[in-house]
Amino acid sequence: MQLEDHLLLLLPILVPFIGAILCIFCWRKVTAQKIIALLTQLGLLASAFMLYRHVALHEIVNIQMGGWPAPYGITLVADMLSCLLLVAGSLAGLAVIIYSFYDLDKPRIRYGYYPVVMVMQMGIGGTLLTGDLFNLYVWFEILLICAFVLITIGGTKEQLEGALKYVTINLIASGLLLVGIGTIYGMTGSLNLAQIAVQAQTMPQLQGLFVVASMFFIVSVGIKAAAFPLFFWLPASYHTPPIAVSAIIAGLLTKVGLYVLVRLFTLVFKVEPGFTMYVLLIMAGLTMVVGVLGAATQNDYRKVLSFSIVSQIGYMLMGLVIFTPLALAGTIYFIMHNMLVKTNLFMVGGAVAQAQGSFKFRHLGGVYKKHPLLAIIFFVSALSLAGIPPFSGFWGKFMLAKAGFESGFYTLAGVSLAAGVVTIIYLTKIWNQVFLKERPENIQTLLPVQPLKNMLQLPMLMLLACIVALGIYAEPFIDITMRAAEQLLNSEMYINAVLNNN
Amino acid sequence: MDLIFTVAVGLLFAASLYLILHRHLFKLIVGLMIFGLASNLYVFAIGRLTREKSAIIPSDAEIALEPFADPVPQALILTAIVIGFGLQAFAIVLVKRLYQVAGTDDIDELNNTDKIDSTEK
Repeated sequence: MQLEDHLLLLLPILVPFIGAILCIFCWRKVTAQKIIALLTQLGLLASAFMLYRHVALHEIVNIQMGGWPAPYGITLVADMLSCLLLVAGSLAGLAVIIYSFYDLDKPRIRYGYYPVVMVMQMGIGGTLLTGDLFNLYVWFEILLICAFVLITIGGTKEQLEGALKYVTINLIASGLLLVGIGTIYGMTGSLNLAQIAVQAQTMPQLQGLFVVASMFFIVSVGIKAAAFPLFFWLPASYHTPPIAVSAIIAGLLTKVGLYVLVRLFTLVFKVEPGFTMYVLLIMAGLTMVVGVLGAATQNDYRKVLSFSIVSQIGYMLMGLVIFTPLALAGTIYFIMHNMLVKTNLFMVGGAVAQAQGSFKFRHLGGVYKKHPLLAIIFFVSALSLAGIPPFSGFWGKFMLAKAGFESGFYTLAGVSLAAGVVTIIYLTKIWNQVFLKERPENIQTLLPVQPLKNMLQLPMLMLLACIVALGIYAEPFIDITMRAAEQLLNSEMYINAVLNNN
Repeated sequence: MDLIFTVAVGLLFAASLYLILHRHLFKLIVGLMIFGLASNLYVFAIGRLTREKSAIIPSDAEIALEPFADPVPQALILTAIVIGFGLQAFAIVLVKRLYQVAGTDDIDELNNTDKIDSTEK
């Protein structure tokens, strides 16, 4: 039994790592790299699902690396939240890998697209599973350096410009994260999350210092999650690389940042009425508002979606502010839904650009007539994002708004509903400009125009099936997220599982 | 000694932020390096400073004798330095490429990706 725990927890980290090494061995053989990447992704999805099944049966599972008992060794912990995000993340990753077979150009693959994506997946797996604060920092840096490489891969002027902003702000965020970790270590003398949580409960005289330390985490992880007012790097950089890159970083990275916030603010720092809660409250509300307004002003498919990522982060923060089981379940449901929907919308944009050679609205048009299937994929994904019942976004927003009204956060819940209306406005704008209107003639596009490869729609249909299932067959998923939220709020479970497992 | 470290960390953070906010690409890189150094030094200082004794257990004892320097912050910084080295190396290459491709070292001119595309033709 013990051996199985070890293996299950390590596989989501080891599988992409082995895949990356094999890809590096086949550096010059593009086809071999593609096969390895596909198999690795399938393996990752399978291992994430197996871990989820195991956690669903045994609640929280954990292992101590190197056999050193907690809190001295490094702990890997899996609870429902990390497993659900792993499954959703590996699904999105699988779709992007299949997508890249038919869209990404050969030179970029030769520069190591697949190995870097695999290592990034490893970083995401590590961040989601680690139970150690400093280890979390290291995993974060691993996925960050991969994101740097992916954003700059190909080295066009646009990409380098975007990457400069991305790299600068993220290096500052990493520095602040380290400062926060140092502060926590100085206060508690521990890096194990469970041990720190115990210290936080037993040392009320340190409460003030914990608030100070939590601010370092709000700022540093807030930058990585792109929350207001720390999001400006995102719309400046996410639209520059090719879609096979933007889709995966847009779908996964900010959500991993948000996962860290949820983990820390449920386990170590508590969101109680007071300074921390008001900071998070204002951040959540303004992130939603500024995000949707930014999206509504843009005239480029990818830029609209980049701002849209920001606004969706606001909804996820909202659940953390309200801090009831229903609200946290809403956040978890929303993160899963968003990983899939955002990735899918970016991929639709990539397919449109392949057929029409641009992302700018003034170059695009008439996709509905020419590629009706693509239009339907966009339409359903967009309805999910906007939160139209019965699609998945509706349930997430419904849970969050209901929890908000129940706990007396009337303004925040009202803002979230108003932001939902603007979401429909900018999605309608994309629909009109890209799919409905006649395509303008005699235009010079920057990208080459080529006939749309039909296989490109396969990963989108795959994600679409998941999105529709998440929406129409919502009840079991909501039950699962409720269970995950109960685990988060009941932090004794996590602490006992880690510290008393011998 | 704690006071010296505190002041030094503060000065380093201030200097690095000043350089990061500067328009010149080279100063940006120097600023980022100093920022990394400042955060490492901060971790070192906040992990309690103990002089002269390390946490090596003598051969005839079971535990190390107090007072000894806490080895954990040192291990953390060592890791952070290595990670920072990799990230800074990447940032330097990025800036060099950007300078070659864009032909400018003024950050104020590198705002093409932020402009809103108009719907007019």
